[in-house]
Amino acid sequence: MNETDKSTTTACLKGVRRALPIVLGYVPIGFAYGVLAGKSGISAANTLIMSLIVFAGSAQFIAVGLFASGTGAAAVILTTFVVNLRHLLMAASLTPYLSGWKKKHLAFFAYELTDETFALHSSAAKTLNSCPLEALSLNVTAQASWVLGTLLGIVASNLIGDVKPLGLDYALSAMFIGLLVSQCGSPVRIITAIFSGGLATALYLAGWHQFHIIVATVVGATFGLGVEQWTKR
Amino acid sequence: MDQTLILFTMVGMGVVTYLPRLLPILFLSGRTLRPLLVAWLRLVPPAVLAAMLVPALLVPEKRLDLGFDNIFFWTALVAFPVAWKSKSLFATVVVGMGLVALARYFGLGYGS
Repeated sequence: MNETDKSTTTACLKGVRRALPIVLGYVPIGFAYGVLAGKSGISAANTLIMSLIVFAGSAQFIAVGLFASGTGAAAVILTTFVVNLRHLLMAASLTPYLSGWKKKHLAFFAYELTDETFALHSSAAKTLNSCPLEALSLNVTAQASWVLGTLLGIVASNLIGDVKPLGLDYALSAMFIGLLVSQCGSPVRIITAIFSGGLATALYLAGWHQFHIIVATVVGATFGLGVEQWTKR
Repeated sequence: MDQTLILFTMVGMGVVTYLPRLLPILFLSGRTLRPLLVAWLRLVPPAVLAAMLVPALLVPEKRLDLGFDNIFFWTALVAFPVAWKSKSLFATVVVGMGLVALARYFGLGYGS
């Protein structure tokens, strides 16, 4: 192996290793999705295809529920759009660290940008620019584990009655707790998180079940910026 | 719904999911953003993570619930310090899922 090959392999392995906490969350959640989709009458092929071409955890669960209740195609697509619009903000927040990337790498990177891969990337954002390969390998590992979980869920959907006794439905929240804590390194960021979380909860209770996340994010980040600017003066 | 229609719907879902992920990266990367915008974008990660997490913990069944049955909330009170001390995503996920499974095993929480 020559030097370039070696550093390529190292970068890929590092990405795989960094993705392991996501794998731990994605396999069980993907599994739960696979079980649920199977029970809702979605064919095995379609269940798997959704994990391959949509790759968005919460939106996939919501879509399964909508398909099961006979919601029309346009409504399902519109709901997916609204639910996933938050990724617009996530993608924007990573762009200052992606200036040296090739276009094709950016296009591939964006395809696998989920809440979780985003959170991992943003917690080590300064390393993004120097190593696209490591970031892409992290993403691919994450999606592979999501697809694997889906596959296992499809296989098990006839055998399993409920995923709740295993605590699988908490994997996503537990992962968000870990990721959020890693993002709260300064008082301003903690204040931003508390404000945004509180606002999202209030909006949700007021009946906003789709837009609460994106509105709370925009208002919360703006509030945090205000606090930051005010304390600097 | 017919499986072919589901397939076409999923293609549409894929497109509307990919575009918001792609367009900001494609159009903003390589440009020099105003410092105030960069400062705002830096606060997006804690804001969006909290906005997704907190309602899931406090409003498990469509209404605010801090009662004993809300095991998601109580588990979070343990998972937060675990995350803080261990700085390990892995440990946090294992402890969180483990506690929820344990609580359900002892008959706590909804539907168990």
